Amino acid sequence: MFGLDKKDTSLLWVVIALTMLAPFILNPFPTGSGMAQFNAGYPDLMQRFVIFGIFAIGFNILFGLTGYLSFGHAAFLGVGSYSAVWMFKLLSMNILPAIILSVAISGIFALVIGFVSLRRTGIYFSILTLAFAQMSFALAYSVLTPITNGETGLQVTLDDPRVLGVSATADGSIPVTNLFGLEMRAAYDLVVGPWTFTFSVGYYVCAIVMLLAFYLAIRIFRSPFGLMLRAIKSNQQRLNYTGLNPKPYTLAAFVISGMYAGLAGGLMAAMDPLAGAERMQWTASGEVVLMTILGGVGTLIGPVLGAGMIKYFENIFSKINDNVLHSWFSFLPDGIEDFIVLVIHPFVGKGWHLTLGLIFMLVVTFLPGGLVEGGQRIARALRKKKEDEPKSPSTEPAE
Amino acid sequence: MDVLITQILNGLDKGSAYALIALGLTLIFGTLGVVNFAHGALFMIGAFCSVFLQRLLNLSFETIDATKTDFLGNPLKVKTPYVESWFGPEMGGAIIDWSVPLAILFAIPVMIAIGFIMERGLIKHFYKRPHADQILVTFGLAIVLQEIIKAFYGANPIQTPAPEALSGVATLAEGIVYPVWRIVYFCFSVAVIGGVFAFLQFTTFGMVVRAGMADRETVGLLGIDIDKRFTFMFGLAAAVAGLAGVMYGPINAPNYHMGMDFLVLSFVVVVVGGMGSLPGAVLAGFLLGILESFASMTQVIELIPGINQIIIYLVAIIILLVRPRGLMGRKGVME
Repeated sequence: MFGLDKKDTSLLWVVIALTMLAPFILNPFPTGSGMAQFNAGYPDLMQRFVIFGIFAIGFNILFGLTGYLSFGHAAFLGVGSYSAVWMFKLLSMNILPAIILSVAISGIFALVIGFVSLRRTGIYFSILTLAFAQMSFALAYSVLTPITNGETGLQVTLDDPRVLGVSATADGSIPVTNLFGLEMRAAYDLVVGPWTFTFSVGYYVCAIVMLLAFYLAIRIFRSPFGLMLRAIKSNQQRLNYTGLNPKPYTLAAFVISGMYAGLAGGLMAAMDPLAGAERMQWTASGEVVLMTILGGVGTLIGPVLGAGMIKYFENIFSKINDNVLHSWFSFLPDGIEDFIVLVIHPFVGKGWHLTLGLIFMLVVTFLPGGLVEGGQRIARALRKKKEDEPKSPSTEPAE
Repeated sequence: MDVLITQILNGLDKGSAYALIALGLTLIFGTLGVVNFAHGALFMIGAFCSVFLQRLLNLSFETIDATKTDFLGNPLKVKTPYVESWFGPEMGGAIIDWSVPLAILFAIPVMIAIGFIMERGLIKHFYKRPHADQILVTFGLAIVLQEIIKAFYGANPIQTPAPEALSGVATLAEGIVYPVWRIVYFCFSVAVIGGVFAFLQFTTFGMVVRAGMADRETVGLLGIDIDKRFTFMFGLAAAVAGLAGVMYGPINAPNYHMGMDFLVLSFVVVVVGGMGSLPGAVLAGFLLGILESFASMTQVIELIPGINQIIIYLVAIIILLVRPRGLMGRKGVME
């Protein structure tokens, strides 16, 4: 279907099902129950899942296929956000032109940076991209304040021109972002028994964009162009000897992944129309590296999983405080309860970064293929077990 | 002229920190061939060694002074640090006052031990893996170390003042006043750098290490256990970074993310100096420090706004494109 083979089609369907049903899947616990704080099915977080998913998919096209490790990808995300907010200020609150502009601008930006950085490989490439991103960050904070509004961050205000829209709504407030009248903030609550499921327009817009981006990524992975990128990763020297110049291919991959980052930045601004320089800092670039590696570099679904996992950690895991821990272990005797809480305390709540760092180190050391490789190993182990006991009385159908 | 000298002095102290960290990075890279993203964290741990020692020395017990009362009318509680009660108020007070320089003695064994554990426990398994993997795992380690320090000491910067005698300003010449501690820092870093170079140049151990850097395989064939020596060099590099951190405390109050802030710049310094070249790292460190301080002069900022923020990166980009091996890079290293 859509020019994909059977395996990729089923993968695409799985992703479509997951993203479309996300408000149900991420809300397994009834509202008001003790576990309700682990529900991730609120619009803000779900939007972040898919937006960072797009960012990581794009990063993976560069790093996963060509092996060029960029430490400055957040710059493109920041540029995308700024362009989108400017579009909201000048043109209208419709998100379509804003997103188109942010993709275009970050593409141009990536072309310039990529053209220079790709003259070197390996760690030099990483340092060059890092240097460019840090320069953009520093400039956004200082000299470019007229464009970026410095530390405050760029926001939409009441006296913006908005030539195709209105500067202010009838009741004098700032108009909200929309897609041809469909407001991003609009949401519908579905109450089923004790559960409440929220369906937000913003989330579904982001999800559809992500599905398009994901589909495009599959096509790139399976195209002759993608094959060429893999060739660059496995042996660039040999590629040179066969008389091929890898530069146009790497540059194209860099620009594409920059545009993905810009798309993510644009969407971020579309959901919440403000943009700040901290989105461009190198730690933000480091985050997308973490996401991609954690999920599985070079795989299709990996980056999305990684992005989801890190964002879940950041928002949900960080909420576990001592009180919650005490309530979990309250069935134990007091002394043991306090001890267990004391042991777990540094790893949760504000210390979630520590857990993340540890998991990341373990993944890099033992599972270089990330979560996807972990899943494959488990699947393989299970399959082997089944093959080992062919006469088992199990009535389950064989896979 | 005065302005010129002041700017050079300003550059020297920041440059000293860059040079020390970059020196350690290059030592690790040159010997073990590992790109260590956790080096900034080692710098930070060094700074927290002095915080730890300061806290330790200030541990005190309370006694009740019946002759005085506090504002509520209760007998006044007087805190006396244990050190003061053991060595007498004068000696004890001096020890507390000099806690930062004393932390050097404390930090050297601690940092060497941390370096050993890091190398034997983690880095060892990454020699054969690609550079990207090394960067990633040490990046993860840096996050972990940073968070551990944050869990113990909180997120706020902690003041570690310089000793009374070495704080304040000195008048170097007519019209040039400069904080004493920064001069101390510069001299200290020159001494450490000189020490490391002398160690490599004039001892047999250093000679073997240099030989190993040039051709590891041949040294191994000569029957020398080069791995053991390289492990020691990792410890040494960690100690150098730690010392840079200890002494940097009075200039900038230590906080848990200071390592990350310095790490990025130090990598730029290493690349500008040339991967694997020790003199290059030191030279580039001082050079970039001085350039940065010149770029933050008001006259220069008026001419080119924002230049002080980006000068280092700009220089790095130009050097990488014009002179790909860096200032003093050797042929065949990381190309």
